[in-house]
Amino acid sequence: MAENHRAVVKLKEKFADSLLEVKEFRGEVTVTVKKENIVAICTFLRDSLKYNLLSDVTAVDYLGREPRFMMVYNLYSIPNKDRLRVKAPVEESQTSVDTVSTVWSTANWLEREVFDLFGITFTGHPDLRRILLTDDWVGHPLRKDYPLQGPDREPYQGRLS
Amino acid sequence: MGVNQPLGDNVKLTTLDSLVNWARKSSIWPMTFGLACCAIEMMATGAAKHDLDRFGIIFRASPRQADCIIIAGTVTKKMLPVIQTVYEQMPEPKWVIAMGACACSGGIFDTYSVVQGIDEGLPVDVYIPGCPPRPEALLYGLIKLQEKIAGERNSFGSTIGLGERLPPAAA
Repeated sequence: MAENHRAVVKLKEKFADSLLEVKEFRGEVTVTVKKENIVAICTFLRDSLKYNLLSDVTAVDYLGREPRFMMVYNLYSIPNKDRLRVKAPVEESQTSVDTVSTVWSTANWLEREVFDLFGITFTGHPDLRRILLTDDWVGHPLRKDYPLQGPDREPYQGRLS
Repeated sequence: MGVNQPLGDNVKLTTLDSLVNWARKSSIWPMTFGLACCAIEMMATGAAKHDLDRFGIIFRASPRQADCIIIAGTVTKKMLPVIQTVYEQMPEPKWVIAMGACACSGGIFDTYSVVQGIDEGLPVDVYIPGCPPRPEALLYGLIKLQEKIAGERNSFGSTIGLGERLPPAAA
């Protein structure tokens, strides 16, 4: 069970007031934490629990729900062969999260991708520019309220015939 | 028959336009430029089995030496200015082939990031359908381009600065 997971036990000892939810689904453990403490938690996970590989940083847009966004960090521990998913809710009114590029340097480009496609800003990021879209792009396409075919086109209405 | 023929069969009467068109259609040099999976079919067409060389079609690595650009694949909005720069670097006369569904119309990628047909950015001469088109289809498209070049009017005049090159008369 998730409660017996090594990292969850340690996190409950050290960051009890930051933990929002602990979940296990098909052997994957997910920990939801407050975004204010994300750098401290990530540093602890890397240093004390050997989660030395950040395999992905992404975000989810739960449009219509509060808080609207959810940051997702997929971690892997090479010495322990163990995965952990850390999530942090982000409100639409305050779409900024502290950068974890100081913890894992691969987060630099991954956070740029999240900024590019979701418009979540990362305070303390050394080089927060768009990475996939052109520099003059307007909007953030992976937000659920961004029109799929772009803002300058009529949306697809289904086949006419 | 008593008619003196000092040159024998070595004389052929034609027009200068036909001569220029014949030279151009027999040595189409396409730009080596692939964008997606269509480029794999384009490479297969150039390789030994289908052998584009027998049509005088030789891929060139520089736009300065190319007459034709085959848009082989999905054109993203980020890539479009790059393709336009390459096209502008090609000397006149030049032709464009839209190869495959994506280059013709955006194909399955009906999204914010993909150009819905390269004809939004370049003047296309031949559209080849398919996803991706087989090498035979690309060959057929290139032969259609040869037919188009063969029918162009004022090819010689435009070369020496007299007027514009005109498209083939409508059939």
